Amino acid sequence: MDENAERLNRVFAALSDPTRRDLVARLASGDATVGELAEPYEMSLQAISKHVKVLEEAGLVTRSKDAQRRPVHLDAEVFDLMTKWIERYRREAEERYRRLDALLERMTDEKQTQARKKDAS
Amino acid sequence: MTKHETEIVAGEKAPTIEIIREFDAAPERIFRAHIDPELYAQWVGPRSVSTRIIRWDARTGGEWAFANDRDGKELASFFGSFHEVRPNERIVWTFTYEGQPDGVALETLTFEELERGRTRLKVLSVVQDFETRDAMLASGMDVGVNEGFDKLDDLIAKES
Repeated sequence: MDENAERLNRVFAALSDPTRRDLVARLASGDATVGELAEPYEMSLQAISKHVKVLEEAGLVTRSKDAQRRPVHLDAEVFDLMTKWIERYRREAEERYRRLDALLERMTDEKQTQARKKDAS
Repeated sequence: MTKHETEIVAGEKAPTIEIIREFDAAPERIFRAHIDPELYAQWVGPRSVSTRIIRWDARTGGEWAFANDRDGKELASFFGSFHEVRPNERIVWTFTYEGQPDGVALETLTFEELERGRTRLKVLSVVQDFETRDAMLASGMDVGVNEGFDKLDDLIAKES
């Protein structure tokens, strides 16, 4: 498995948890400290901190060196990787539907040919 | 003809994939291309394989099965049931890949009539868990890789 594939595995595993997806959604609008992230939850600071750690290990977020605050920052580059991955699936579906487009055109032709045959007879 | 792009939405809260695509044809025709086995076999499946219909009873409560062949050899087979067939509006079917007999996807297809005789098709697939969903999304990659290897096979055959 190449490096990107391994990274994707970690990213998808990290995002398989609803709380972590929630955290990522919040970080998309700006950096936040673990304390700020924990506010809306009935979870201990440690539990949130653990979730952040998983996101960090997956390469989804980074923590700054600011010793006092250590805000969590979302690394958007990893989403490009995910988008590219989904893009391959999208391309497969697109190819399939282009064939359906072509089929639909043939269906019209058949109808017109039949109609013309009818007119001629 | 206007250019249509396929849109894919991977669910964040549930293991779903939604495919959205518009067509320059009325819902009746897109619907027919899905329930008429001869028409369906002409466009479904990866480009490099042919689709062979095994069972096909496109009505509410009916069943279906087809296989993908390459050079007369079966590569994969699929089966499921037509849970609901509502003419020109909606199809709900289950979808199982026989290579993964414990997995089943529930797919809801809606044919939305647009202006000027056009249609928006939405295909919502719900699978068991995020792992299965992600493996499905990754399968596009596998097809690409396999097609690449095929080309390599051809190249080697020509060289020898």
